Amino acid sequence: MHRLLNQIAISILALIFAVPLVWAAVTSITPAGEMLTRSNPFAVTQPTFANYTEAWRTIPFPVYYWNTLLIVAGVLIVQLLTATLAAYAFARLQFLGQGLLFILFLVQIMIPPDILIFPNYTIMKELHLIDTKWAIMIPFWASSFGIFLLRQTFKQIPYELDEASRVDGCRWWQSLWHVYLPSARPTYVAFALISISTHWSNFMWPLIVTDSVHNRPLTVGIAIFAQSFETGAQWGTVTAATMMVIAPLLIAFFFFQKQFVESFMHAGIK
Amino acid sequence: MTRHLLQAFRRYSWKDNILAYALLFPSLIFLVIFTFYPMIKVLDWSFYESVMNVRHFVGLELYGQVLRDEVFLKVLRNNVLLALVTVPVSILLALYMAVWVNGKLRGRSLIRAAFFYPTLIPMIAIANIWLFIYTPDYGLLDKFLGLFGVDGPSWLGNPSWVLISMMGMLIWKEAGYFMIFFLAGLQSLPKEVYQAAELDGAGPIRKFRTITLPLVMPTTLFVLIIATTNSFKLVDHLYIMTKGGPNNASNLLLYHIYETAFSFWDMGKASVLTVILLVILLVISIFYYGYLDKRIHY
Repeated sequence: MHRLLNQIAISILALIFAVPLVWAAVTSITPAGEMLTRSNPFAVTQPTFANYTEAWRTIPFPVYYWNTLLIVAGVLIVQLLTATLAAYAFARLQFLGQGLLFILFLVQIMIPPDILIFPNYTIMKELHLIDTKWAIMIPFWASSFGIFLLRQTFKQIPYELDEASRVDGCRWWQSLWHVYLPSARPTYVAFALISISTHWSNFMWPLIVTDSVHNRPLTVGIAIFAQSFETGAQWGTVTAATMMVIAPLLIAFFFFQKQFVESFMHAGIK
Repeated sequence: MTRHLLQAFRRYSWKDNILAYALLFPSLIFLVIFTFYPMIKVLDWSFYESVMNVRHFVGLELYGQVLRDEVFLKVLRNNVLLALVTVPVSILLALYMAVWVNGKLRGRSLIRAAFFYPTLIPMIAIANIWLFIYTPDYGLLDKFLGLFGVDGPSWLGNPSWVLISMMGMLIWKEAGYFMIFFLAGLQSLPKEVYQAAELDGAGPIRKFRTITLPLVMPTTLFVLIIATTNSFKLVDHLYIMTKGGPNNASNLLLYHIYETAFSFWDMGKASVLTVILLVILLVISIFYYGYLDKRIHY
């Protein structure tokens, strides 16, 4: 009995959670004329893609997509490199000040660069990087989160494997490449998914450091676009634009659902 | 044995020290430039007042001004209220969702997806969608309430409702994220204990209270810290939905820093506000790492 009640309760809850997305999807194909007159907000008599073409026409989507892709890739690639090296040092080397450095890196988990928008803006200004994609990317090139995630994985790899590869004549980078990297693949996937979705969504920092169309990511682009509309008639265009921003993430989630959920689980609990 | 000797030997190896610092250097340089240097810089600035590009030392005066500032107190109160409501509600909801999604359930992966997808969507996109949900009369929420003949308040325009509206949206955004952590915690629980409890005739509520709850306590503490800090970090939606208004009724600390620095260009005040936010986050983390849990979860 309680099982049935809970099945019903949880299903209703899931339905409520799904409503905003479903409604946004429906609204995005509703013609402007129907938007305010309809009584059932989920009914569309004449579905149309006009909102999408309108959004595509008014917002420079190709530029924004390209910028976001560049930024996401630029952050991820450097993070993978820096985090791998640092994680190896923390996992397998003994050095002076190890404990202190560990704590210093830990601070970044609690205080990410996003919190320090004001001082970091002036630093970017001093570096003459305002209104460049570099300014959006560089503060995230060190990822304590990635370092700790990888360190934990590296530590679980048997030390004997490392030693065996040394006996075979491998230098440290060769054992890193041949022993550690292949074994840590699931962790890399997990970290990549989290990093991509985080930086795809980032808004405040790119808003502050960019000032032109050719450097803005998607989030800033649609925020500025949405600012110019507030009346119901433009809902269709704004939701269509919003759908275009979240679609890549939702599609990726659809295909990698298991990895996504596991990667977030992986990231939290060790 | 040999391994221990080897490690003891390695401890004094200068080669290892050099290699370790060389490996850490790339991360360290960005960590220093964009986390520690700005922290020190902003602390330094918070003691100076700048008038027409001339800075002069005023000690703690700016702190005094900020702490007496009504807007700041309102913003801080909003942020604390937001945390006090959204953190427990979303954690309880997440735990409930996790317990059932973890068990036998029809349409489990679909339900899990419905809970999880808000986590992935950018805050800006969420704000665009929810702005229309909360629109008076024509919005989804008012249309729904209209079915029951209820006339909803102005969700985002009424100072006494706007924070509540934001709370609802944030709980929706966050609960699925926390559910994932509980799912991970639940999957590591021993099945035998549950079987033993069932043999003893324990009902579902008793099983939850005596087994599940104590065992997910470490996870709960971890989620608690993420939830609390997130309530200070998530502010993007304000840019779209209310700009902190009406009359700062929905304003939050980080957004207030943004307006102070980049709309009012008040450097001294923005620095003081940033320092206060840093102190809040550091206190939460010290409380967590020092007092609640010694283990590192990453």
